[in-house]
Amino acid sequence: MKITRTKAFKVFFTPIWESNPVSGQILGICSALAVTVQLKTAIVMSLALTFVLAFSNFSISLMRNLIPRNIRIIVELTVIATLVIFADQVLKAFLYDISKQLSIFVGLIITNCIIMGRAETYALGNPPFLSLLDGIGNGLGYSQILITVAIMRELLGAGKLFGFQVIPDALYAAGYKNMGFMVLAPGAFIAIGLIVWLQKTVSKE
Amino acid sequence: MENLVSIFINSVFVGNILLAYFLGMCSFLAISSNMEPAVGLGFAVTFVLSITAPANWLVYHYLLAPGALAWAGLPLVDLSFLKFIIFIAVIAAIVQALEMIIDRYSPPLYMALGVFLPLIAVNCAILGASLFMVERDYNFVESVVFGASSGIGWMLAIVTMAGIRQKLRYADVPGGLEGFGISMIIAGLMAMAFMLFSGITL
Repeated sequence: MKITRTKAFKVFFTPIWESNPVSGQILGICSALAVTVQLKTAIVMSLALTFVLAFSNFSISLMRNLIPRNIRIIVELTVIATLVIFADQVLKAFLYDISKQLSIFVGLIITNCIIMGRAETYALGNPPFLSLLDGIGNGLGYSQILITVAIMRELLGAGKLFGFQVIPDALYAAGYKNMGFMVLAPGAFIAIGLIVWLQKTVSKE
Repeated sequence: MENLVSIFINSVFVGNILLAYFLGMCSFLAISSNMEPAVGLGFAVTFVLSITAPANWLVYHYLLAPGALAWAGLPLVDLSFLKFIIFIAVIAAIVQALEMIIDRYSPPLYMALGVFLPLIAVNCAILGASLFMVERDYNFVESVVFGASSGIGWMLAIVTMAGIRQKLRYADVPGGLEGFGISMIIAGLMAMAFMLFSGITL
């Protein structure tokens, strides 16, 4: 059996492109918009989310036969919130500046619909290893959109990437201007709209 | 008083919790295709926000903030790292209680709001407002005003969006852009319109 046919492979790779959590399933958009002004914060946010998603899927899947159906939401929230507190404390300890910039959005991973959505639709019905892969796959799918949006916004909005100037001074001297619009909130909405348009058009063909 | 008015204007228009901070996008996109449920959800969010923001203020300032446990003889305890889990638990509990209370005392209101209440517990606007309240150091009265006006701002945004999307049914949207793509672009244009309010000071 070829590796591309195995179930694990499919579980891992479909969410990265075909059913991307952000653009395909329309989940978790809040944070995708808010933290993408700079590439640096977007990457840290992606890592935090992928971590929480992978481990929440894994631990919920481990407990899936023990959780009574009618209190499952609160159990899931507790697992997720615990992981988020952990991620938040780690960020505060090692990346204090970035954690200040992310402000409340690390905390909002708790209510990010991707995590609840994957826990409900996948982890509750599948074994731990596949759930872990599903979590990482969805995390990467989310990261991919986040990073693309962040590159667009930082490059067009500030002419920088990772805080380093990439647009040469000569271009500015020739009259090029940063698109201040991209840094502001509306720029984020429109950037995502365009990315979704591109993705849908490409995958249709 | 002036301060409160300025918080109100700021959270309804300039710092609209949805269009400037992107909170509550999931339900915003899912529910905004029709007018009636959009209005219902808007009211429900406003209602829940005006209760949970002050409730979480009390929880934070009497249990979690550094030194908040002084009344219990523990002035050195700092539990603020627990705020995520406690806030979400408070919100879930309040939403659950509200659902039962409304069901018991006002069946018509329950019919209108009931279906949305469970959705709201995981709406990031609710948790986000509580976290913003801590971050911006509001006092109790300010947090009441902030909660209510954020809710009103959110409702304004979703109702406007529903109005636009109803008209959009007759529009010829380019292939691939229908649905999610065009909604995001509309939201972007709305956010631009709301930004025009910035600079208003009272």
